[in-house]
Amino acid sequence: MSREKIINISLVSVYFLFLIYSYISDFQVGIEIGGNFFDFVKSMLMILPIAFILIGLFEVWVDRKTVEKYFGEASGFRGYVWAIILSSTTVGGAYVAFPVAHALHKKGAKLSIVLTYIGSSALTRIPMTIFEASFLGLKFSIIRLLVSIPLVLISSVFIGNLFKNKIRA
Amino acid sequence: MTYLYLFSIAIIVLSFFKSKEKTFEGFKVAWKKFKKILPSFTKMLIAISIILYLIPGSVISKYLGGSNLVTGTFLGSIFGSITILPGFVAFPLSSVLVDKGVSYTAVASFTTTLMLVGIITFPVEKEYFGWKLSLTRNIVSYIICIIISIAVGIFYGELII
Repeated sequence: MSREKIINISLVSVYFLFLIYSYISDFQVGIEIGGNFFDFVKSMLMILPIAFILIGLFEVWVDRKTVEKYFGEASGFRGYVWAIILSSTTVGGAYVAFPVAHALHKKGAKLSIVLTYIGSSALTRIPMTIFEASFLGLKFSIIRLLVSIPLVLISSVFIGNLFKNKIRA
Repeated sequence: MTYLYLFSIAIIVLSFFKSKEKTFEGFKVAWKKFKKILPSFTKMLIAISIILYLIPGSVISKYLGGSNLVTGTFLGSIFGSITILPGFVAFPLSSVLVDKGVSYTAVASFTTTLMLVGIITFPVEKEYFGWKLSLTRNIVSYIICIIISIAVGIFYGELII
């Protein structure tokens, strides 16, 4: 067992022992932390299994050529447009976007397009934007979208070029 | 959410009809990938549960509510970077903040960093893209969020240049 693994296991055990202790002795701090933990576990369990199954099926069915055609080096500007469209339909949060982005990258998608997908899945998810507009006003959402999309594109191209030859999928 | 489930079931059924073997292979890949990232997910969830206890909505509201434009925007970006909140919590909270007189600029810096900058999700991101790329992405994203807040500030007339 590596050192990192030992540290991880001890941290996680201490955390759960603390939660168990809190529930037994009615310690409010621990009960609240435990509540937060299980709330998030619940919302992730609703999305993650499905997300990973779709990623798994994507890996076995979609061949490299298709991904390269739409998201690869030769896809040009269209690749970025597809990435933004794909990202706007992503559900969940960054924790779903990262594995999806990784799967795309492994199949030959260009790094800057993958980064565009990550950035815009944080900012352009349709259900989230509708929710935002209903609470903060349509004007707020429109300004935010119009300013953020170009910035995400520019920065993704910039970071993508910076790390082009350093990141191996 | 329901659509996602329906869509996924349709995909699984289709895949199953095309090839049973390949579908099971896909499930295996899914399970292997999930197992690999599980430790990082666990760490992230533990961090989230503690941070949410230390910085609940009431604390965010208290600090953002009592600050001026620049401080509020800065604090908003810090809270947004270190916490993680689902949209159905974050946006109602933001609209309460606006009602309390917090500037749209500060609210924008809070909600955008919440979405784009992830200190808590860093262990997961690092696992996929390495720490150098993840760190660069988060720093650049932070700058983007500040630019977005400034733009929002200008459009709402809160920031006069």
